[in-house]
Amino acid sequence: MGKRNGAHRFVQLSKGNAHMAGATNRPLSPHMSIWRWGPAMAVSILHRITGDGLAFVGLGVLLWWLGALAGGPESYATFAACAGTWYGKVVLIGLTWAFFNHMASGLRHFVLDIGAGFELKSNAFWSVVTPIVAVVLTGAVWAWLLLR
Amino acid sequence: MGNGTELGRVRGLGSAHSGAHHWLLQRFTAIGNLILGLWLLLSLIHLPDMQFATVHEWIARPIPAVALGLFVLSTFWHARLGLQVLVEDYVHDGANRFAVMALLNLAAFAGAAFGLLCIVRLALGA
Repeated sequence: MGKRNGAHRFVQLSKGNAHMAGATNRPLSPHMSIWRWGPAMAVSILHRITGDGLAFVGLGVLLWWLGALAGGPESYATFAACAGTWYGKVVLIGLTWAFFNHMASGLRHFVLDIGAGFELKSNAFWSVVTPIVAVVLTGAVWAWLLLR
Repeated sequence: MGNGTELGRVRGLGSAHSGAHHWLLQRFTAIGNLILGLWLLLSLIHLPDMQFATVHEWIARPIPAVALGLFVLSTFWHARLGLQVLVEDYVHDGANRFAVMALLNLAAFAGAAFGLLCIVRLALGA
């Protein structure tokens, strides 16, 4: 580039501009800012969000629960009191949902890992099914816990 | 092979010989999480109540204690692998990435050690 003289570069630039003007109607590939929502994208993003939520919040609650149990009845009572409040229940229901969602999309990953399920229709179908399965299982567990 | 772009610098070098190990461990620990996570959830909702005495009596038994210990190992390992991918995706600066990875490793080992110690204490009668 540096060895080229001015006239040569001018010709190159002109060619480039002419090419760009003609390119406006070309089909655009998916790129950084050129995309639209699809079920596979949503399920992939949910997989990461629920995984990170389980890692940060879920493992924290697991350790708190184990630590409170190991500490004895008084520390366990503190944990149980927090878990019994409305915001404690919101966190626990959220973690149950995150577990089932991550589990369902993780099972989908196992299927994709063996090379199956990449056809557009079946891929979109299972992308829609996984979050629904998660919500249904979360509802079933908490209905059992709260209504028994 | 060029010097211009990141892709240009690695093109033609072949396999990194390390990615598959991470990928496989993510799957192996995922299987552990799947089995043990479902076991823990079903066990907990199967308990008659969540009182201290009930949960303590259950957790101190050999099989629940061992399974719970394995669950702690499997989940912390899986979380450490998953969060590594998160760090690699979003922390681009080399020094920051090193610091965050060091922190992640320390936190994963510390968390798993705390969980395991609590289970041992419960199982061996504290």
